[in-house]
Amino acid sequence: MNIFLAILFGTLFGFILHRVGVANPHLLINMLRLKDFHLMKAILLGIAFASFLLFIGLAIGIVDSAHLSVKTSYWGVITGGVILGIGWAISGYCPGTGVAAIGAGRKDALFFVFGGLIGAFVYTVIFSQIKDASIFEKILGGKTTLAQTGSSFDALISNIPGALVAIPIAIIFGVVAWKLPDKIEG
Amino acid sequence: MSGQLNWLKGGIALGAIFFITVLFVKPIGVSTQFVILDGIIWNIFSDELVVEDSESKSGYSSSNAYLNKSGGKYAKSVANPLNYGFLFVLFMALGAFLSAKTKGPNPSQTDKIAPEIWRNRFGDEALKRYVVAFIGGFLVIFGARLAGGCTSGHMMSGMMQTSVSGYLFAFGAFAAAIPVAIFLYRNKERSE
Repeated sequence: MNIFLAILFGTLFGFILHRVGVANPHLLINMLRLKDFHLMKAILLGIAFASFLLFIGLAIGIVDSAHLSVKTSYWGVITGGVILGIGWAISGYCPGTGVAAIGAGRKDALFFVFGGLIGAFVYTVIFSQIKDASIFEKILGGKTTLAQTGSSFDALISNIPGALVAIPIAIIFGVVAWKLPDKIEG
Repeated sequence: MSGQLNWLKGGIALGAIFFITVLFVKPIGVSTQFVILDGIIWNIFSDELVVEDSESKSGYSSSNAYLNKSGGKYAKSVANPLNYGFLFVLFMALGAFLSAKTKGPNPSQTDKIAPEIWRNRFGDEALKRYVVAFIGGFLVIFGARLAGGCTSGHMMSGMMQTSVSGYLFAFGAFAAAIPVAIFLYRNKERSE
């Protein structure tokens, strides 16, 4: 069953990434240059819509909170984000869109993914040397969320129901997506 | 580009797939699978990289500290390549292929070598673009592993759950990516 879902959802996700235009590095780079907000609008709305459905689903009990997976906060999350951001800006790809771009026939994406495999290998090999570094010490409570999820993860805002925290955040994201201009001329 | 969804339809489609996956299985994540593919290849050439181990939480352990992390979770995926996370990422390429074949936004032959913005700034030489795409890929996955996730797992899936680490990651990624993109691709512009 899980194998079937992996094939179905993976195919669907790749299809959607391509249709939205995220697998097009030209658009991605122009988003990062703050010239073309088409992708930014789609990404913000995507997060908002998914979050809205998720917290409604949790509140009415159709989503099993055991399916959630909250990652730990540590300084390395920001450092790693910065390193990823540099590679993202110069190439125009992130891990998922690079894989999708290969499917769309982009040759530079093959080199991106190959570089990624080498980057992953170097990290795998050096991990034993860096794993005790202070960069991995938990911050902000480790695996925490802003809104209550009803799972084992701690919420920073714990005195009001999760949906009342998450849905306003989703609405803010949605309004920003709607109000952002499509393109900046000049 | 023709065949591309507008931001509204695109955003709804993106939101729907991130929600459906967490409803049925778990949040989407991609960058871990680069480690898993490396491990699968490495394991072909090594007898001791990943071994069955009843003492370990996952039932597998590894001589490599990273693959052995979290009770041998990655070691287990390396030993069993037909797992959800790995197949999900493999089939993403198929999905994009199907979109390209069914009137999706198709790149031109020159776009397939380097995007327009790159050619305007750095010219048509393929090798230059390939080398930079390779370096970009290296930094992106190395950074994602250090951060514990990528744009899908940390940013989209994380912020969907209001996960604090998701906001931290997005802050770091955009704080670096925006100035680098503005600087690197300055001069000639004119999008589409």
